Amino acid sequence: MILLLVVSAVTFAIFFLLPRMAGQTADQLAQQYIGKSPSKADILAVKHNLGLDQPLYVQYWHFIKGIVAGATYDLGPTTAHCNAPCFGYSFKTHEAVWPQLTSRLPVTVSLAAGAAVMWLISGVAVGVVSALKPRSFFDRAFMGVALAGVSLPMFFTGNLAILLFTYQWPIFGRTYVPFTENPAQWANTLFPAWCSLALLYSAIYARLTRSGMLETMNEDFIRTARAKGLRERNVVVRHGLRAALTPIITVFGMDLGLLLGGALITETVFSLHGVGQYAVQAIDDNDLPPILGVTLLAAFFVVIANLLVDLLYAAADPRVRLS
Amino acid sequence: MEGNPPIMRRSALAAVAAIGSACLLVAGCSKADDNKNDDNNTKAAGANAATKDVVNASTKKGGTVTYELSDVPDSFDPGNTYYAYMYNLSRLYARPLMTFQPGAGEKGNTLVPDLAASKGVPSDGGKTWTYKLRSGLKYQDGSPITSKDVKYAVERSNFARDVLSLGPNYFQQFMAGGDKYKGPYKDKSAKGLSSIETPDDTTIVFKLKTAFQEFDYLVAAPQTAPVPQAKDTGVDYVKNIVSSGSYKFQSYSEGKQAVLVRNENWDAKTDPLRKQYPDKIVVNLKVNAETIDKDVLAGDAIDLGGTGVQAATQAQLLASADKKAGTDNTYGGRLVYMAINTKVKPFDKVECRKAVQYAIDKVSVQTAEGGPIRGDVASTVLPPDIPGYEKSDVYASAGNKGDAAKAKEQLKACGKSSISTNISARSDRPQEIDAATAIINSLKKVGINASLKQYPSGKYFTDYAGVPKFTEKQNIGLIMMQWGADWPSGYGFLQQILNGSAIGESGNTNLSQYDNKDVNALLEKAIGTEDMTARNSLYTEIDKKTMDDAVLVPLTYFKVLLARPQNATNLVSTAAFSGQYDYLNIGTTKK
Repeated sequence: MILLLVVSAVTFAIFFLLPRMAGQTADQLAQQYIGKSPSKADILAVKHNLGLDQPLYVQYWHFIKGIVAGATYDLGPTTAHCNAPCFGYSFKTHEAVWPQLTSRLPVTVSLAAGAAVMWLISGVAVGVVSALKPRSFFDRAFMGVALAGVSLPMFFTGNLAILLFTYQWPIFGRTYVPFTENPAQWANTLFPAWCSLALLYSAIYARLTRSGMLETMNEDFIRTARAKGLRERNVVVRHGLRAALTPIITVFGMDLGLLLGGALITETVFSLHGVGQYAVQAIDDNDLPPILGVTLLAAFFVVIANLLVDLLYAAADPRVRLS
Repeated sequence: MEGNPPIMRRSALAAVAAIGSACLLVAGCSKADDNKNDDNNTKAAGANAATKDVVNASTKKGGTVTYELSDVPDSFDPGNTYYAYMYNLSRLYARPLMTFQPGAGEKGNTLVPDLAASKGVPSDGGKTWTYKLRSGLKYQDGSPITSKDVKYAVERSNFARDVLSLGPNYFQQFMAGGDKYKGPYKDKSAKGLSSIETPDDTTIVFKLKTAFQEFDYLVAAPQTAPVPQAKDTGVDYVKNIVSSGSYKFQSYSEGKQAVLVRNENWDAKTDPLRKQYPDKIVVNLKVNAETIDKDVLAGDAIDLGGTGVQAATQAQLLASADKKAGTDNTYGGRLVYMAINTKVKPFDKVECRKAVQYAIDKVSVQTAEGGPIRGDVASTVLPPDIPGYEKSDVYASAGNKGDAAKAKEQLKACGKSSISTNISARSDRPQEIDAATAIINSLKKVGINASLKQYPSGKYFTDYAGVPKFTEKQNIGLIMMQWGADWPSGYGFLQQILNGSAIGESGNTNLSQYDNKDVNALLEKAIGTEDMTARNSLYTEIDKKTMDDAVLVPLTYFKVLLARPQNATNLVSTAAFSGQYDYLNIGTTKK
C-alpha cells in the first residue's frame, strides 16, 4: 500500500511536475487539448475544467482522493461521476481512465497469459534439452533460434507472422474475440501474437534454464541422486530443474507483471485494443491521466508479481521456507 | 518401470522441446490452401480511375462496409471534430445544411444543399444568410428535425469551447455578437445566440458581422448537423449520437470501434444524395497501418484516414502495372512550401527572397518528399484542386532544378554576397527534414548558408515556428510548412497563411509574417464578392501578388496514393475531402 502510494507520487511528479520544471506552463498544457487557434478565454476555461489552474499538490490530492472515493467532473450540461477507484479523467477524450483500463485489461491478460504459457514451456524445455546435451546439434540449433528470437524486434516478427498466417495462408483470425464469447476463436486469433511474443521471451528463458541446468547437473546432489538409482527423469525434473528454477521464476514474475501493464508494441502490431495500445494512444495525444493510469497499473502488477514470486520461491526451493 | 533406458526419456523431453520450438520458429504450421482468388472481383479499373469518375458504380444493397483507421479520430461528435475524414464520414449519421456533391476530383468541390432545401439566400450584401430546411426530416427516433436543432448544434460546437474544444470556431468569429455569447451550457436563456434566428421550424437565418460570400462552405461543416438539445450530454453526446442521416449508431466503443446500421427513420425522399447501400458500416480504430494496407489490398476495408498507403506497400504497388491499375494517385488539397520570414533580415528585402526562390532545386525537394507519387513540383500558392488556381511559374528554371545564375544576380541586387540563416522543420517528420536538407544543399551553391533547426510537430506552431518573437530571436528566416484548407476555396486556403491580420503571437500560421495591404484588401474584397468567377479571379490575383513578393516558396502539390479496395463500390476520390474517397455511398459486392 505504502509502496503504491510512493509509486503514485513519483509517477505523478514525473508527468506533472517535471514538464513544469522544464518550463511548460499550464496554459501550454491546456492548449494541447483545444483545436486550432484557441482564444485566451478558451484556454482559461479548459485549464479550469481540467483542474490545471490549481497548485500541483491540490491536483495530486484530487487524484489520490479519486482513487479512494471517486470523483465528479462537471462538464457542460451533465455531470460525470467517476466511481472509485477513479484513476483520473482523460484530458483528450473526456473519458474516465479506470473503465477504459478494465475494459482493455482482458485483452492484455489474454495476450500476456497465453504468451507466458508458451514461452515458459518452450523456453524451459529447450533450455533443459540443450543443457542435457551441451554442444550437440540440438543445443546449437535451439540456441541459434533462441538468439534470433531475442534479436528480432516485434515489428518484424509480428508483421511477418500476420503476413504469413493471416493473409498469405489465412489460418488465423484477424479480429479479436473475447474468451467468454468463443474460446476457440479467441485462441485462434491470438495465436500469432502469442507465438511472436513467446519467440521474443523464450530465448531468454532457454538460455537461463540452460546455464542453470548446466550448473546444477554438475552438483554433488545430482550425482548422489543418480547414485541412489533414481530414474533420470526424476533426477532432471525433481532435482536438477527444480534447483535451477529459482532465477527463472524471478525473471518470469517481473516479465509477466510488466507485460500485464501493457505490451505496447505487440498490441500495436496486432491491432489489439489492450492496455498497451491505450498507453500508446495517450502518449500520442499527450494525454497525461491515461499514461499515469497505465503506469500505475503496471506498477501494481509488478508489485503483485514480486509478491507471488516470493511465495513461489518457497514452493520451489525448500531452503527459502520459513521454519 | 524403472528399467526403461534413460535415452528414451530424453527423446520424450526432446519431443516436448521440439513442439515448443515450433512456436519459437513461427513456422511450425503447415501451409494451407493458397488464397482462393474468386474471379467475381471486378477487374481493376485502371490507375487513377476514381479521380476521373465513379469506379465500380453499383446500386446493389446489402453487406458490410468496413473502414479502418490507424489512429483514433478526435471525436465522432459532429460538433467536436476537425479531421477531413470525419467531416466526410460523419455525413452518414449527421446531415449538415450543405455538403459536397460526390464527384471525381474537382467536381467533388461542388456544394449542394443537404439538410437545407436549397443553397443559402444572401441578403444585406452577404451579411445575412437564410436557409430553408427540407420538409419531412426526422431523427432516428422519428421525431422531427427543426431549424432550432441546427441553431443549437452551431451554438454548442462553436461557443462552448471549454466543453467541445476540438472543432474549429468560425461561427464564433463571424457571427454578430459571437464574441459575447457564452454558449448553451452556460447561457441557459431560451433565446441563445441572437444573431441566429429561427422564425419557424424550417427556417434559419444567420446574421454575420461582415459580408461573407462563402458562407455556404461554412455551413457544410458537420457543426450544422442538427442536435436535439434534450439529448445533448456535452462531451458524452458522442456515446449517444442521435442520427439525422441514413445510418445510426448500433454501438460505439471509445477508441476501439463504431458500428453503424441503417436508420429506418431516414427517408430517401428527403435526401437526393444518400443511397443507403450497405446494411452495416463498421469503423475499426487503432488498426496497425500495415494491416490496413493488407486489408485494403484484400478488398476488405477502406482506409478511413485517406492518407495513402505505407512506403513498403507503395513500392509493392508501383512495381507491377497490374497492381498500379488498382490505385489512385490524387491531390490532397495541400501545398508543401517553405515560408520566407519577411521579418528576419535580410529577407525583409524582396531581392533576397527572390534569390532563395531561384536557388532551390525543386526536383531534389520532390525526391526527398517521396518522388512524383507524393507530389508534383509546385509553383503557385493555390494547389490545382482548389478553385482559383491558375498555372504560372514566376521563378521558372530549366527542369525545375533551380537557376544559380539568376539567384546570384538577385543576391547581388539585394546587396549581399552571402547570407547566413536558419531553416526550421518538424523533427518527427522525416520527409520534411529530408526536404529541408535538400533545400540547404541548393542554397549553399549560391552562397546562402542555412542551418537546420528541428522542433517537434506538436509544438511547432504553439512554441516555435508559429511564434514570431521566437523566429526573430533565433534568426529563423526559412520555415518548412504544409497547408491544407478548411474548405476548398481560395479564401479557405489563403486567409490563414497570407492575411496580415492573421499574424498571431503564438499559433501563427502566416509564417512569412506577410502583411501586404493590397493582399489583405483583396482577400476582404474577395469574400464580399458574390459572383464566384469574379471571386476566383481575385484569388488568382492574390496568388500572383504573393509570388511576385516571393514570401513563400511553393515546393510540391501534395499527393496521396490510395489503394482501391476491389470489393468496394461507388468509389470516387473527391477534392472536397483532401482526395479521400467520398464515403457517402460506398457499398460492397460482398455479402
